[in-house]
Amino acid sequence: MSVATKPKLAVYKFASCDGCQLSLLDCEDELLAVAGEVEIANFPEASRAVAPGPYDVSLVEGSITTAHDAERIQQVRKESRVVVTIGACATAGGIQALRNFKDVREFISLVYARPEYIQTLATSTAIADHIPVDFELRGCPINKYQLIELISALLRGRKPNIPKHSVCMECKFRGTVCMTVARGTMCLGPVTQAGCGAICPSFDRGCYGCFGPKETPNTSSLSAWLKDNGDKRPDELVRAFRGFNAWADAFRKESEAHE
Amino acid sequence: MSERTIKVDYLARVEGEGAMYVKIKDNKLEDVKLKIFEPPRFFEAFLRGRDFREAPDITARICGICPIAYELGASCAMEDACGVTVGGQLRELRRLIYCGEWIESHILHMAMLHAPDFLGYQDAIRMAKDHPGVVRDALRLKKIGNDIMVILGGREIHPINLCVGGFYKVPKKREVRALMPDLEWGREATISLIKLIKTFPMPDFKQDYEFVAMRHPKEYAIIEGRLVSNKGMDIPIRDYDKTLVESQVPHSTALHTRVVGRDTCHVGPLARYSLNFDQLTPLCRQTAREAGLGPACFNPFQSILVRGIEVLYSFEEAIRIVGQYEEPDAPRVEVNPRAATGYGCTEAPRGICYHRYTIDEGGVIRDVKIVSPTAVNQPTIERDLRRFVEPNLGMTDEKLQWHCEQAIRNYDPCISCSCHFLKLTVDRS
Repeated sequence: MSVATKPKLAVYKFASCDGCQLSLLDCEDELLAVAGEVEIANFPEASRAVAPGPYDVSLVEGSITTAHDAERIQQVRKESRVVVTIGACATAGGIQALRNFKDVREFISLVYARPEYIQTLATSTAIADHIPVDFELRGCPINKYQLIELISALLRGRKPNIPKHSVCMECKFRGTVCMTVARGTMCLGPVTQAGCGAICPSFDRGCYGCFGPKETPNTSSLSAWLKDNGDKRPDELVRAFRGFNAWADAFRKESEAHE
Repeated sequence: MSERTIKVDYLARVEGEGAMYVKIKDNKLEDVKLKIFEPPRFFEAFLRGRDFREAPDITARICGICPIAYELGASCAMEDACGVTVGGQLRELRRLIYCGEWIESHILHMAMLHAPDFLGYQDAIRMAKDHPGVVRDALRLKKIGNDIMVILGGREIHPINLCVGGFYKVPKKREVRALMPDLEWGREATISLIKLIKTFPMPDFKQDYEFVAMRHPKEYAIIEGRLVSNKGMDIPIRDYDKTLVESQVPHSTALHTRVVGRDTCHVGPLARYSLNFDQLTPLCRQTAREAGLGPACFNPFQSILVRGIEVLYSFEEAIRIVGQYEEPDAPRVEVNPRAATGYGCTEAPRGICYHRYTIDEGGVIRDVKIVSPTAVNQPTIERDLRRFVEPNLGMTDEKLQWHCEQAIRNYDPCISCSCHFLKLTVDRS
C-alpha cells in the first residue's frame, strides 16, 4: 500500500482517564506495524502533527459531560467515516456517570470552592446518545488485542471478531472453577460481556463488570441467586451494578431495582 | 505597538486536555497560563457512600497511566484508618509492581513523548524511521514494566489484583523468577539509553525550587515515608493538609497547590532524586555522574535523564525483590473497618499522590481528599514558562512555542489526573 492511500486514523478524548488510548501505545510489539499500515493523522497524546480530516477511522475515548464536548462530538462525526467508541466511558458514560444518580450541583460544591468557574452538564452520557456509532469496544480499560483485531478487520473490510458472550464462557475456556457456585462470591460474570479473558476470577476475585452488560443479560436472576445463596444485601447489589458501567441500561435498571 | 499571542489550543504528547497561552505586549511578557480544560469527574464526591474496600478500584480510574499510585495510595490510607500494617513479602510485592509502573510510565514519557522534542521530531513514530533501534529497545523496556504489572496485577491498565490489605492472590515464585532475564537485559539497555540521552542538546535553565518528596530511613521512598523538602519541610503524611494548601483559579479545573508561608513547590523525579540521591544504588549514582548529573538537579530539561536514573533504579530494585521472593502464607492482611480518618501517600511517576479518607464504623466512606502530582506542579510549570519566555522573546513564534511545549513536557504532566485539571496561546501585543 502506498503512503498516499494509507487509511487515516484519528484518536479523540472526552471525559476519561486516558487508559483506553494508552492501550494503543501499550501495543509494544504491534505499534510500529500498525503505524506502517495506517496514517496516524490526529492523535495528540502521541504526536504534535495533525493532518486535516476527514478521517477513515476515529477512535473515541471518554463520555460527554460538558456542553462544549456535546458540540465537539458532532464535529467528530462529520469528519469521520467510521466512529469506534473505546471503553466504558465512551460506551456507557463511565464511572463519572455516578453523578447521574445524584444532584451534580452538590458534587461541584463538594470539590470546588468557587463552583461558578465550573461548567459541566448534569449527566455523563455515552457517545451513542449523541451521534450514530459504528462499532464499540467494551472494557475499563479495553483489551488491546481487541483493538488490534478491530483495526485489522477495518483495514481488510471484514467484520471484527469480538465475542458477545459472557465472562462465564471465558472462565470455562480457562478452566477456572466458578467462585459463585463454589463459595457464593459476588461475581457479575454471568451478565458481563467477555473480552478481558476472565482475569478477575483467575485471581480469586469476582468479576466487577468492567466490560458492561452482555446481550440479553438476566440480571434479576443473578441478583436473586446472590441474595438467596450468597447472603448479599440490597445495598451490596446496588453498589455491584453501580460501577464502571453504571449507566448502561441493564445495569442501571438492576441497581435501581434494589434501592 | 505590537502584540504577539502564542497559543496551543490542545497540547500534544501529554496525558489529558490542556492548553498554553502566552501574551507578549511591546516585547514584554504580559501573561502566561497553563490552562486545564479537562472536564471534572468528581471522584471525591461520588466516593462518598461507597465501601472502603472499593476505593482502590474506583480511584484507579482517575488515571490510566499511573493506576498503581491510586490503588496503593487508597489502600495505604484505608489501612492507616483501620490500624493495619502490611509488611514482609506483601510490602515487597507492592514495591515491585510500583517499579513496573515507574518503568512503563517513565519510558513512555522519555522515549515516546519527550525525546522527540530534543531531536526535533513531531512524534516517536517519525523518530523511529531514523532511530529504529532506539525506539524498538524503548518499546521492549516499556513492555517489561508492563509485564511486571500483568504478572502481579492481572493487566497493565487498571490492575485488578490489588486490594486493601494486600492482594487477592499472590504470584507463584516461578512466575516472579521468570521475570529475571528481562530485568537483567532492561538494566543494561537502560544504561545505554541514558548514554544516548546524555548527547541530547539541553537548555541551560537552572531554577530555585522547593523540592517536595517522600523520604524513608531505609530505602528510596516509593510507598512509604515522611514528606521532606530542601527548604525545611519534614512532616508525617497526616500533616499534609496543614502544610500544603490548595486554591482554585478561573482558568483551570485543577486546583493550585502552595506550601503554607512559602511558595509553589516541585514534585516528581527531580525532587526525589535531589532529596534522596544518597539512597540510590551505587550503579545508579555512578551512571548519573557519567551522565553529567550532580547529587541534585535543578534543570527541569534534564528530567529526561533523571527519569532514566529512576528507571535504572526500578530495574535494580525489581531484580533485588525478584531474587529474594518467597510466596507469603496469606495474600492479604485482614482489615476490619473502624470509624477513623486515614492518610496515604505514594510516589507516583510524576510525584507525590496524596489520599485522605474518613470512614465510619461500617466501613462506609464519608469524606475524601485526593491530590494528584500534576495539580501540585501546575503553578510551578507556569513559573518555569514565565522565566523561560522572558529571555527568549527574540525567538520566532514557532520556535518559542515548541520550546514552551517542551518546558511543559519536562513535568510529564498528567492532566487527566490533575482534574479536580493543558492548551499554549502566545499573545504578542
